[in-house]
Amino acid sequence: MRIACPLCGERDLREFTYRGAAVLLDRPAEPDPVAFDAYLHLRDNPAGPNAELWHHAFGCRAWLRVVRDTRTHAILEVGLARDARGRLAPGVGEAVVPAEGEGTA
Amino acid sequence: MRYSVLSILKNALAGDVAWAPVWRDPEPQPAYDAIVIGGGGHGLATAYYLARNHRVASVAVLERGLIGQGNVGRNTTIVRANYLLRGNSEFYSHSLKLWEGLERELNYNVMMSQRGVLNLCHSDAQRDAFARRGNQIRFQGDDAVLLDREGVRRIAPFLNFDDLRFPIHGGLLQVRAGTARHDAVAWGYARAADARGVDLLQNCEVTGIRVENGRVCGVETTRGAIAAEKVAIVAAGRSGQVAALAGLRLPIESHVLQAFVTEGLKPVLPGVVTFGMGHFYISQSDKGGLVFGGDLDSYNSYAARGNLPAVEHVMEAGMALMPMIGRARVLRSWGSIVDMTPDGSPIIDRTPVEGLFLNAGWCYGGFKATPASGWCLAHLMATGRPHPVAARLRLDRFASGRVLDEEGAGAQHNLH
Amino acid sequence: MTRLASGGLVDRSRRLAVTFDGAPLVAHPGDTLASALVANGVRLVGRSFKYHRPRGIVAAGVEEPNALVTLGAGARRTPNLRATEVEVHDGLVAVSQNRWPSLRRDAMAVNDLLSPFLSAGFYYKTFMWPPAFWERLYEPMIRAAAGLGALSGERDPDASEKAFAFADLLVIGAGPAGLMAALVAGRAGARVILADEDFRLGGRLNAERMEVDGRPGAAWAGEVVTELAGLPNVRLMPRTSVIGAYDGGTWGAVERVSRHLAEPPADAPLDAFWRIAARRAILATGAIERPIAFPDNDRPGVMMGGAVRAYLNRWAAAPGRRAVVFTNNDDGWRTAEALVAVGIEVAALVDARPGATPPAGPWLAAAGAVVTGTRGRRGLRAVRLRDAAGERWVEADLLAVSGGWNPSVHLACHLGARPVWDEGVAAFGPPADGVPGLLAAGAAAGAFSTRAALAGGAAAAAEALAALGLAAGTVDIPEAEDGPVAVTAFWHVADAGGRAWVDLQNDVTVKDVALAAREGFRAAEHMKRYTTHGMATDQGKLGGLLGTAVLAGLTGRSVAETGITTFRPPWTPVPIAALGAGGQGQGFAPERLSPAHTAIIARGAPQTEAGLWRRPLCFPRPGEATVRAACDREVRMVRSTVGVCDVSTLGKIDVQGPDAAAFLDRVYANTISTLAPGRVRYGLMLREDGFAMDDGTVARLGPAHFLVTTTTAAAGEVLAHLDFAYQCLWPELDVAFASVTDHWAQVAVAGPLAREVVNAVIDAPVGSDGFPFMACGPVSAAGVAGRLFRISFSGEHAYELAVPARHGAALFDRLVTEAEARGGGAYGLEALNVLRIEKGHPTHAELQGRTTADDLGLGRLVAAGKDCIGRGAAARPGLSDPQREQLVGLKAIEAGGRLVAGAHVVLPGGHTTPPNDLGYLTSACFSPTLGREIALGFVRNGRARTGETVRVVCLLRGHDTPAEIVAPAFVDPEGERLRG
Repeated sequence: MRIACPLCGERDLREFTYRGAAVLLDRPAEPDPVAFDAYLHLRDNPAGPNAELWHHAFGCRAWLRVVRDTRTHAILEVGLARDARGRLAPGVGEAVVPAEGEGTA
Repeated sequence: MRYSVLSILKNALAGDVAWAPVWRDPEPQPAYDAIVIGGGGHGLATAYYLARNHRVASVAVLERGLIGQGNVGRNTTIVRANYLLRGNSEFYSHSLKLWEGLERELNYNVMMSQRGVLNLCHSDAQRDAFARRGNQIRFQGDDAVLLDREGVRRIAPFLNFDDLRFPIHGGLLQVRAGTARHDAVAWGYARAADARGVDLLQNCEVTGIRVENGRVCGVETTRGAIAAEKVAIVAAGRSGQVAALAGLRLPIESHVLQAFVTEGLKPVLPGVVTFGMGHFYISQSDKGGLVFGGDLDSYNSYAARGNLPAVEHVMEAGMALMPMIGRARVLRSWGSIVDMTPDGSPIIDRTPVEGLFLNAGWCYGGFKATPASGWCLAHLMATGRPHPVAARLRLDRFASGRVLDEEGAGAQHNLH
Repeated sequence: MTRLASGGLVDRSRRLAVTFDGAPLVAHPGDTLASALVANGVRLVGRSFKYHRPRGIVAAGVEEPNALVTLGAGARRTPNLRATEVEVHDGLVAVSQNRWPSLRRDAMAVNDLLSPFLSAGFYYKTFMWPPAFWERLYEPMIRAAAGLGALSGERDPDASEKAFAFADLLVIGAGPAGLMAALVAGRAGARVILADEDFRLGGRLNAERMEVDGRPGAAWAGEVVTELAGLPNVRLMPRTSVIGAYDGGTWGAVERVSRHLAEPPADAPLDAFWRIAARRAILATGAIERPIAFPDNDRPGVMMGGAVRAYLNRWAAAPGRRAVVFTNNDDGWRTAEALVAVGIEVAALVDARPGATPPAGPWLAAAGAVVTGTRGRRGLRAVRLRDAAGERWVEADLLAVSGGWNPSVHLACHLGARPVWDEGVAAFGPPADGVPGLLAAGAAAGAFSTRAALAGGAAAAAEALAALGLAAGTVDIPEAEDGPVAVTAFWHVADAGGRAWVDLQNDVTVKDVALAAREGFRAAEHMKRYTTHGMATDQGKLGGLLGTAVLAGLTGRSVAETGITTFRPPWTPVPIAALGAGGQGQGFAPERLSPAHTAIIARGAPQTEAGLWRRPLCFPRPGEATVRAACDREVRMVRSTVGVCDVSTLGKIDVQGPDAAAFLDRVYANTISTLAPGRVRYGLMLREDGFAMDDGTVARLGPAHFLVTTTTAAAGEVLAHLDFAYQCLWPELDVAFASVTDHWAQVAVAGPLAREVVNAVIDAPVGSDGFPFMACGPVSAAGVAGRLFRISFSGEHAYELAVPARHGAALFDRLVTEAEARGGGAYGLEALNVLRIEKGHPTHAELQGRTTADDLGLGRLVAAGKDCIGRGAAARPGLSDPQREQLVGLKAIEAGGRLVAGAHVVLPGGHTTPPNDLGYLTSACFSPTLGREIALGFVRNGRARTGETVRVVCLLRGHDTPAEIVAPAFVDPEGERLRG
């Protein structure tokens, strides 16, 4: 199999590692165990086009969102994962600039 | 017709014309007490035990293709009861005991051979993890021996003790573990179930599951509608597709696992050996071929075939561990569709639909579970209560967090 | 059987010394072992698997089922090689297989007498009683009889290699179709790879007497090869089998690099495994002739018609003196003509088709006639014919059988497509879109005439070029024969007694197929598995379709309905050494060395693997005979004076940006953003499922600059995790990070004298006020800019000093020298482990992927006011169950009591059964500080059991040790030694 990394071009499968379904891009906003159960565990697992996440781990380290047919392994779409998210995530806690001296441990 | 050497002699002298079909090819009935969707090892075993243990009067196995053509016919035939976690260890212990009596039970030579399974370890940390597992096995009442390097060398001198990149520190040996002939298991259970009146319906694909008021009442198939109040989904890699017919979404990803066999060779490998630095395992079949495999390809697939990187990893591990197999030649490669769960452990449980049961998530370890899987699912279906040895194999354990993560890899389906 | 006086593509001017079972053969360059055997009159070459029947050469190519030999001796012994594929060289020594004591007199031939009892699947019906006999007697017998060749048992001394190749067009097969395709594409400027498994390119052109463009086909082929060899954009790969089609235009191929050389160059690999990525490909793999099943069709001397022609034409070897030809298609007639052309008598030309009109010639021609039997156990002597006039025997020592040709479609079906039944040629043809970008041409596509192959190859190349955006240029198709295919499917001479073979190697007969059908194994796959038809080393190339066609006939179905079994890689058997090239020895995985490695080695430290790294176990001093002795001394040394330990292997990730703090707050369970610059904090990372993933430290080097450390083993995993978190979850954050593990050397200095030692090395000394516990900051050592961290894994007053990696060895040396001058010294992994166990610090032995922060006693670290990875799932009831096993310390009650990792914990008086199992030990050691064995472990409800006595039981090693449960901190629990 060969995957066309948007940054590197078409590269052999062995440069990539597979994470799982692209639903992982939609992390629940609240730390709710029920929402995380679905997020982490439940899968459509289609026999057909599957939206999924690959990491170009032995290349440029880009995370890719790929649509690939699980029956034939034909790759239908490839894009950067960072471009695939539909919205900007709201800030989850603000960065705290520490005061002079030691911060709280 | 009972099988025995006498039956062979009698039939041979009569020109072998009197052998009967190993199982009937009946027409589907309009209704059954219980339906098992999936004619692989687990489905056939379930049907057999429904009839045998629980005297369920009418049972049908619905197989979309041919009996035994799925994972039961594609695995690397390892049988063992050497699991780490409670929840698994009692289950496989029960299964191993069933294996030990299986030929007599089925009157079919499944060629169960307790030639031993040796897990190699390559670091002190790994040895410590093996020790924990070995003690769990012993607490469970099964056998486990922790070997040091010399102990491994004595029983497996053909391993690489010279320049293995990750030297052998020792190993964990289970003597009662071993291999069995996979096709024979499927055919043996099929024949025995059929003899007890179970209808094996081949080329019968389930196209719909009828649910009324939250209860299952039957299925639609390519051979017509069939009514039943108890329906079990035992479809391995296709579990998700079948469950979707009842509106259920499962915690399963279907993945490809490749396996390989070499040309037949004179005996060279007496038992099963697994490599500790990567998922590699190898044994030798009674036909002489070396049977081996390794890790998943790691991407979702229904193609039942994989790609070269996984092939090469397996072959490299073999060359590292046993350089003498270099001159053996790979005769065939294949892939199966394995149902991976987020913790790598299986599910035998009811579903939210009353009367609909799920037996799935066996990942790449389903073969050894075949007898107990059928035994326990039959128990659940017939009595309504989980069998004690399968009590933790719950569908809701991912939601509750009571997971059984043998690898410690976490909630990612392809890491187990 | 002899070598013909003239002809053949062998170099008669050179003779090669070749032996078979000790007997010398006359052979020439260009011979295969099989052609040499034929030319030397050797008819008996093997014994069949089950019945040990005498067998001879049947074919001339990879489909050969009988002539399996073992080459080489000792560690180079290679079993199961087909004589038809062995390219002879001087000094070749071959032996037959599967016979004892000799090929002529094989003791196991008694099996043939027992054949009625050994029919398909017999072993499933017996061997069950008495139960103990299966493993003690029956199975060992079966295993000893199984397999055809034996491995030497020694390690393979020859290396193979792997390589990658890239092409616009991969042409598989260099017969007429492939040669034309390569020529067209090569002339058009495409990057072409032309691969053929033979050592001489040309395919059937080398085996037949057809002319191409007015000259012998072999000569034409040679000219094309010369032109292709001169094109810089064309790569010729003879001796190369393309063995598998994979996704994305990827192909696997095995090249036999040096097997044919009597004395290979020292650096030449035996085989090379190629991963070929090609934009387009052409299947020009030709076709394989199939047999007809009739009684006793397996004797030496029964051969495939096309193979007979190959031996005659290519190798000038005569397989017999008096032949009968049996065919169901016009191509079979060519064999009679070829035999007669070299002076071999053809007694009869038997055509099974009732309406056939075989050509006239010096033979008895019979249409609508069949062969019903043969005689001659070790070599054919006579053939029984049946025609309208009745049955009679004809003397012959050669029976050439032509059952039709099967296109070699296998590669086109490797991705799961099924072949397509082609009624016109009575064979399965390739699926149209079996492999994206693959076109079939020539016999592989069911176009069997020479002209059709040439034209088809050119057309396929033109189509591929168009898809590649290249122009084909004008193409002249050479003149060649264009005979139509005339074949009538005829598989099996029924209504004749005796056994008729469908799988020669595995001894599967028509009776076995009938038995399988009778027992309900009516599907092709079931029949195959039940009878083992097609499962021998020839992978059913010869008899595969024949077996399923017989099954179809017996079950009243068409061949198309019955189907055929799945084609899968490899096309032909591939040595594991080729597919696994590079895996042997140190090549299996990279070896990572610390920047301080040379300094560590120089001090004589024994090494161990820590993942991919090599790290020192200890630094033994004279008189210390065991690792344990050195370790005990090193622990005391660290706690009493000072120790120096290389910790460069820990993962280090540099994180920068305005949102760096916010990012780290999201990936760590505890709060990072409150960390002040110049301070370090312990950090615990959770997986998204709520379990502990890794721990380490976070040092804030500036307002927007952090340095994260991870454990050695998890560095890669953590980096990938951060990549995921940033790119997939929070790409809007303004943060960047990179691994700097290999950029920095880092050395720990620990013990009461640690500050003295550090100050002796760094340029500006630090004091306790300016550099309190958990401080960090830039320092320089000998003018080299570095960083100092006051953190402690050992529980002693300690620092870690980091310099750019190239200075690692020098730094380690300096620090150890300074330590030794003060009564201290270097320490290794063993002591490092004991020290941290004494302090109760968890490592991955405790994290192990199944423990939560709370299990580890770190629940209070999970900050309440912010979300972080893992927070949601950590709230699942199963992860906060009070009955979970919690981290505790265990102390042996008696001085000699053994505590080992992996031991389980039970209450005193309890049986060692699962209900009584309270937990397990994860780390254990002898504590020199406490003078007894201590451990860390997990015990159910452990924190409430402090002070309880339990039994630590290791059934594997026979330990049963009373131990006290204590808080997991054995030395200086208040941490006084750390500060100050």
